[in-house]
Amino acid sequence: MADYFDKVNNAIILDVLKEIGNIGAGNAATALAKMINKKVDMKVPKVNVMDFSTVPELLGGEENEVVGIFFKIEGDLEGTIMFVLSSESAGTLINLLMPGVSVGSFDEFSMSALQEIGNILSGSYISSLSMLTGLNIQISIPSLAVDMAGAILSVPAIQFGLIGDKILIIENDFIEEFGSESVQGYFFLIPDVDSYEKLFNSLGIQL
Amino acid sequence: MRDLIKVGMADLKVIKHPGVLTTLGLGSCVGICLFDPVTKVTGMAHIMLPSSQAIRNNTNAAKFADTAIDLMLSEMQKLGADKNRLICKIAGGAQMFSFQSKNDMMKIGERNAEAVREIMKSHRIAIKADDTGGSFGRTIEFDSNDGMLLIKTIGHGTKSI
Repeated sequence: MADYFDKVNNAIILDVLKEIGNIGAGNAATALAKMINKKVDMKVPKVNVMDFSTVPELLGGEENEVVGIFFKIEGDLEGTIMFVLSSESAGTLINLLMPGVSVGSFDEFSMSALQEIGNILSGSYISSLSMLTGLNIQISIPSLAVDMAGAILSVPAIQFGLIGDKILIIENDFIEEFGSESVQGYFFLIPDVDSYEKLFNSLGIQL
Repeated sequence: MRDLIKVGMADLKVIKHPGVLTTLGLGSCVGICLFDPVTKVTGMAHIMLPSSQAIRNNTNAAKFADTAIDLMLSEMQKLGADKNRLICKIAGGAQMFSFQSKNDMMKIGERNAEAVREIMKSHRIAIKADDTGGSFGRTIEFDSNDGMLLIKTIGHGTKSI
């Protein structure tokens, strides 16, 4: 599976992953809209395969404080999924969900709200993946960390590191109805090494 | 103004005094610092995984504890370092997310740190300072002047070891 990412660079596989991203993000936007009781738009998700070293720049550099919400994928596929957003975007999300709550620092209440948001967003993602592949896939309960971008991103980087020097990243932009607030979030979908083949086979792609 | 030289993820650098080596936002990765107090030859590696064995795509030596340490030792010796004088300091190896899991990947930070300790032991290089574990990120700066290691965190203080 060492040459997995060479294959991923293949346009068809990128398109498939983009489509999963698209459907997942659409479901996630709907779920988000229900939660905040406002209309939520989104841009077409960007799916990229990048070098590890360039990923922290997306989130303001290695030392910038970010929020990571981490899940295990269980069922027919095994792996992990992580949702990462900047502290600013996390603050915006909390404000949308609970207007008037100040988010100077992340207290227990905001953290648990973020965990729940992450849960619903990642859940939407995984259910679209499950639908497309016909595989039975669930996510575990979330685990949340607020820390340096480099440290948070080391978790998916290490898992991708088992198979290469690149990382697969799905970027989502959610925009609230009046366009005044926008939230950028990044998904990292990381099947375990043994699960790649199953994932792509179930999508009708022979590796 | 200190001259900061950045070591990226799965990267290593070896210098001779002056200069300060730094790596930003270490999570489960481990920063390995080596210093020869006589020649002031100084090295830092930012490794991601304990071993290059059983990994097919293992061309980047700086990614794995075993190959990174070998490479760093040979480059330091080329600059005049004596292996018998080297001191080692390590930091990182955190577990960023907590899960009750049998999955080894969740404990990768701990396994990284343990692998480094074992390899250093086999080279008979003493680990003078060890700031590993926990569940938080670290930025480290290793000074080629005196071999002091500065560790910065978000919410867990700053210290020099």
